[in-house]
Amino acid sequence: MGRLTAWVDRRFPFSVLVRTSMTEYYAPKNFNFWYFFGSLALLVFATQIISGILLLAHYQPSAKAAFNSVQSIMYDVKWGWLVRYIHTTGASLFFVVIYLHMLRGYLYGSFKRPRELLWLIGVALYVCLMGEAYFGYVLPFGNMSYWGGQVITSIIAAIPYVGGWLASVLRGSFGVGTPTLTRFVAFHAVLLPALLAVLILTHLLALHEVGSNNPDGVEIREHLDARGQPVDGIPFHPYYTVKDMFGVGVFLVVFCAIVFYAPTFHGLFIETYNFSPANPLKTPPEITPAWYLAPYYAMLRAVPNKAVGIGILFAAIIAPFLLPWLDHNPVKSSRYRPVYRWMVIVFVLTLVALGWIGMQPAIPALLPPARILLALYFLFFLSLPIVSRLEPTRPVPERISAS
Amino acid sequence: MIARLAALLLAVIAVHAAAQTPPLVAPPVAFNRATIRRGAQWFAQYCLSCHSVKWIRYDRLTRDLGFSKDAVRQQLMFPSGAHLARGMVPTLSAKDATAWFGVAPPDLTLEARLRGGAWIYTYLRSFYFDPTRPSGWNNRLFPNAAMPNVLAPISGVENAKGRLIQRGRLTPKQADQVIGAITVWLEYTSDPSKLERERLGPYALGFVVLFAVVAYLMKRAYWRDVS
Ligand code: HEC
Ligand code: HEM
Repeated sequence: MGRLTAWVDRRFPFSVLVRTSMTEYYAPKNFNFWYFFGSLALLVFATQIISGILLLAHYQPSAKAAFNSVQSIMYDVKWGWLVRYIHTTGASLFFVVIYLHMLRGYLYGSFKRPRELLWLIGVALYVCLMGEAYFGYVLPFGNMSYWGGQVITSIIAAIPYVGGWLASVLRGSFGVGTPTLTRFVAFHAVLLPALLAVLILTHLLALHEVGSNNPDGVEIREHLDARGQPVDGIPFHPYYTVKDMFGVGVFLVVFCAIVFYAPTFHGLFIETYNFSPANPLKTPPEITPAWYLAPYYAMLRAVPNKAVGIGILFAAIIAPFLLPWLDHNPVKSSRYRPVYRWMVIVFVLTLVALGWIGMQPAIPALLPPARILLALYFLFFLSLPIVSRLEPTRPVPERISAS
Repeated sequence: MIARLAALLLAVIAVHAAAQTPPLVAPPVAFNRATIRRGAQWFAQYCLSCHSVKWIRYDRLTRDLGFSKDAVRQQLMFPSGAHLARGMVPTLSAKDATAWFGVAPPDLTLEARLRGGAWIYTYLRSFYFDPTRPSGWNNRLFPNAAMPNVLAPISGVENAKGRLIQRGRLTPKQADQVIGAITVWLEYTSDPSKLERERLGPYALGFVVLFAVVAYLMKRAYWRDVS
């Protein structure tokens, strides 16, 4: 141990932290593909912060200048295009990563005792991330930004009692304009990143308190060796640091391929109508949200009554928070719960289909399927208390089956 | 069930298709510096009198496309008062333009991002002679467009049925090459980084692939003793 480390250690628990959270933090040895996405979420968060700071050096939050300042980043600022494409690609890939991360939780029952709080913090992170993405989406003040800003704030305005007040706080005036942008930049660049950072930290603290779940859903801490360490655990460092590095490598290949060869991703990562400036007199032919929020938009449109639609939207976002208390089966992993496994598969397909509908024009032919899918979404949560008590399960191994 | 789904898909496709008659045709030219340069010259000659591409500064064309400063001055900077370090903006003011055409000719820097290259190419080939319009022109893709068919001298004049009623200076094939080059030029203006991206892409990808391979080998080495 170097003298510097010793000096620091007398004043700050540096070595203790490294030991307890890295070299002597034991993780199950059977992590698979699905366990790459937590560390990738950290990577994307860091990327977004750094590229975001660079963008802020040139961005101007006013109705007159915002669009032009973004174009000047693209055309005049050296490497500006690279920074902006990294930020837009990062935003979409953040959601890809988070959706896969959450799906892992569904698949292996990671939300169950003792990880309920870890899960709640995770869902809170997801909700904050949606807010972060929405505020960011409005900032470049293209025409889709503008109309997206209009539509969402008017949905908020329709919330009973507090809606009008909340919408006016967000907009800062009657319409969406400079006061909206100055607020949104504060939310997007300060409030929500700070909230995300704190939540990520608590997320990791909670994780290290209870330890990771794994694809078998058995607790490694129930089988300790003579030194009191889990028999089926391996030290996080170096085993999972090198493994996660490999995940980072593969992820960066995908990331670079998009940034360099398909940065708009056919209008999915940068919306086509956002290449024309905000124009209150010119509604885009279709106002559709970014792909990662599209399922919720489809749910909203599936209900004719606005207030009811907002209620349903609210319920849809709340539902995952309740998961730990809806699922009563002591078996965690879907590997040993064939019925539940199919429920998760149908649930994922439901969300994909809803997302697709959410990005289509509002045509009547899509209304019945949207309603069926909406029902399926809630059916997953509503049937879980019953199914989880009755479903047949396969025998769960005492210890991790194979690495 | 399957019939229902098929009907649904058809309905969605119909809604998407309704917005775009006639069918969009992609330009028959490659995206490269030579084509963009030709497109820039045609654009300066035939379009820059009305349309700006304001985000493109003249001097970046020397860096991006390999024009010499003199070539830019002589072949591209037609509007009087243009400056090498400034954007490509016509002398025609938006106010005058609105008075003349009823609509100000929009800035075309981002047009290819907004509409797509195929749309622009098809639009420029869809003009026809229409005596009922004040300008004498109409457009199949963009009915009642306020823009006259400025390319008529080179591509000729079509009637409403799409028959050539007056030949242009170039054969239809040659004219398509010109229109294609103009389209590719507008694709360049909508994202000049594309040239740089395609140059740097292989290096960036090569680096991260190498990183992934090394990380994989390290992972394998470290994990050898894990059973
Ligand atoms: C005489 C002036 C003039 C010239 C020269 C001219 N245009 Fe136009 N252009 C217009 C006007 C006016 C409009 C607006 C049409 C409308 O909205 O009805 C327009 C519209 C367009 C549009 C459609 C914009 C949109 O999305 O609504 C494109 C693309 C276009 N012009 C391309 C060109 C190209 C390429 C050239 C050169 C070959 C050119 N124009 C030359 C006046 C002109
Ligand atoms: C900014 C967003 C997030 C970051 C940076 C993050 C980070 C991490 C990291 C590093 C891990 C450990 C590695 C792994 O298990 O993959 C982890 C585990 C976990 N996360 Fe997240 N996470 C985020 C969002 C979420 C969300 C949205 C949820 C769920 C709604 C969630 C739920 C969980 C759960 C349940 C675990 C433990 C999983 C298990 O042990 O099986 N996280 N997170």
